[in-house]
Amino acid sequence: MLTAIIAITLLALILGLVLGFASIRFKVQGDPIVDQIDKILPQTQCGQCSFAGCRPYAEAIAAGEVDINRCPPGGEATIQALADLLDVEPKPLDEECGVEKPKMLAVIDEARCIGCTLCIQACPVDAILGAAKHMHTVIANECTGCELCVEPCPVDCIDMVETQPNPHTWRWPDPSHVDLQRRTGS
Amino acid sequence: MSAPLGDFPGGLKLPGHKKRSTQGPIRKTPISKQLVLPLQQHIGAAAVPIVEVGDKVLKGQRIARAEGHVSVCLHAPSSGVITAIGEHAIPHPSGLSAPCITIETDGEDRWIDRQQIKDFRQHSAHELRQIIRDAGIVGLGGAGFPSFIKLNPGVHHSVETLLINGAECEPYISCDDMLMRERADGILDGVEIMLFALRASRCILAIEDNKPEAIAAMRYALSGRSHLSQTEIVVVPTRYPTGGEKQLIQVVTNKQVPTNKLPIDIGIVCHNPGTAYAVGRAILHGEPLISRVVTVTGTDVPHAGNFETLFGTPIKDLLVFCETRRQPDEPFIQGGPMMGYSLAGDDLPITKTANCILVGVDDVAPPAQPLPCIRCGDCADVCPASLLPQQLYWYSRAKDFDKTRDYNLFDCIECGCCDYVCPSKIPLVSYFRFAKTEIMNQERERHKSDLARQRHESRLERLEREAQEKEERQRQRKAALAATKAAKAKEEDSTNTAEAADSVTEEKA
Ligand code: SF4
Ligand code: SF4
Ligand code: SF4
Ligand code: SF4
Repeated sequence: MLTAIIAITLLALILGLVLGFASIRFKVQGDPIVDQIDKILPQTQCGQCSFAGCRPYAEAIAAGEVDINRCPPGGEATIQALADLLDVEPKPLDEECGVEKPKMLAVIDEARCIGCTLCIQACPVDAILGAAKHMHTVIANECTGCELCVEPCPVDCIDMVETQPNPHTWRWPDPSHVDLQRRTGS
Repeated sequence: MSAPLGDFPGGLKLPGHKKRSTQGPIRKTPISKQLVLPLQQHIGAAAVPIVEVGDKVLKGQRIARAEGHVSVCLHAPSSGVITAIGEHAIPHPSGLSAPCITIETDGEDRWIDRQQIKDFRQHSAHELRQIIRDAGIVGLGGAGFPSFIKLNPGVHHSVETLLINGAECEPYISCDDMLMRERADGILDGVEIMLFALRASRCILAIEDNKPEAIAAMRYALSGRSHLSQTEIVVVPTRYPTGGEKQLIQVVTNKQVPTNKLPIDIGIVCHNPGTAYAVGRAILHGEPLISRVVTVTGTDVPHAGNFETLFGTPIKDLLVFCETRRQPDEPFIQGGPMMGYSLAGDDLPITKTANCILVGVDDVAPPAQPLPCIRCGDCADVCPASLLPQQLYWYSRAKDFDKTRDYNLFDCIECGCCDYVCPSKIPLVSYFRFAKTEIMNQERERHKSDLARQRHESRLERLEREAQEKEERQRQRKAALAATKAAKAKEEDSTNTAEAADSVTEEKA
């Protein structure tokens, strides 16, 4: 009798320790559903969804406070992916937020830049380089095309240009649109 | 002498159409007035120019250096003057431009000093690889992977077999065939160096049985090198696509390269005979890779044949030399009829990976509107990679790319067998190419957005830290102010008390 009680108490203790350890060791970081939504959003950080960036929008979606069709840079594909993830019906992009556009890139006209640093303060991903009173440049690879730097520029020297495909990023066309042109095109 | 041959699933017996281009010897293409050299003619990072516009260069002079590990150098194919460094149309299915160096040739074709190595065994394998890299050598079979990397067994592998892929299974193409017929000794020079660099124990030279002249020439050359006892010539049946790397390995060694693995993981390294020849030229003669043999053939080419052509030569010059009936700007195929792609434009140069220019294909069916898939399974029967093309087609068309991955889309070698047999004339390979580039694009985008997220988060952290620091500074300043005030007040106080005390003592006195 006594040995049984001791054995069970010991067992309970050990299991408790294991569980306690596991809960610390395998603690889930953050809110997984918010992370999953945030992963789908394009990270342009443009604020067109009316939130201060992609993650706040992801949090609002997770909380069920807003619709999933408010992200213009993500467009159709993002809405579809969100609908799949959350198991809801996809709907067309909310026109109030903006329209889906081709990928853009900010270019600073370096001759006209006065080095005011206002664009640096606006850029959500630190993609602009430059010091006060020296001309600034955009790191093309890191610019998300959010357009947030265009407004603040007092001399209007930032242009948004469409990103050009190069042989590396070029994609084969969808054959269902070009069915008649055979591959070897003779 | 060797183990019985193995086999690979599927495949096709195709009409070869190789007679047309193998009637005469390899001819030299005349030097063009202008040579246009894309900085990237290989897999990996583009080479970086080390010359400027206006510089005079000699034949074989290095004009761009390798950038990073997976990259090779680029050389002037003839002597002349650099006239431009910038964007120029390249032979790519996209029809896009890329950075190129343009040379105006002077017709003198004057070489630089060539460093010849008489006895390569006096050098380390590492040194030889470095020379091969500096010589700009890439796989000449079509993919253009830097060869020096595939000549390094690395620390984790030991290479048993060097496999020289002389199958050349695709119809119309005959550049390897002609090279083996005419320059068998040069190929063996390269094989010896490759065996040495890889520390491989044997070499197999595989040739399809539709090339008796090449087989005879290679056998004859080999018989003159008794020290190459570990090298043998294996004649393989003519079947498309025997020349696929994994397929040839299956035929010759009876081994399978597992999915997502490389041949080197099972102790085999594959090279093309043209690459072996180039390695021999680079080490023994000090010549960098500046030209290659290109097959020019097709129903519209009266003087079809093989042409040793300098890189950068405009394809139109080559076609004029062969007196093609092609009209300006009429599209042609680079590569073979099965795996090649259509190019248009008259201004495209010959590059390191251009094995064949095909103008006009025999018995080509007029383009037809594809019919729905009838699920006959013919495509799966001929697939050499044991895939289910009809499923891949279904999911590619529906843009369900996760599913295409589950069906091993990236194992597809784009051989075109499924296209060829499909009774509904569905352009299956076009769908697979589309799906592959879409998936690669998605990965690039995901990578980019991950980067943007990180940068955004670190910016937010930085802003918060800065705000905190500011607050902290303000707090400190306030505290300091308060402290000085307090100190002053105290001082005044203490002087007051001192004065009071003084007055008291004075009074007492
Ligand atoms: S609109 Fe889209 S990309 Fe822009 S901040 Fe909102 S979620 Fe991010
Ligand atoms: S550079 Fe301009 S457009 Fe590009 S990410 Fe920064 S703020 Fe946005
Ligand atoms: S061969 Fe064509 S029709 Fe037959 S199953 Fe394959 S894709 Fe469908
Ligand atoms: S193209 Fe791809 S799917 Fe079609 S037969 Fe060849 S390997 Fe198989």
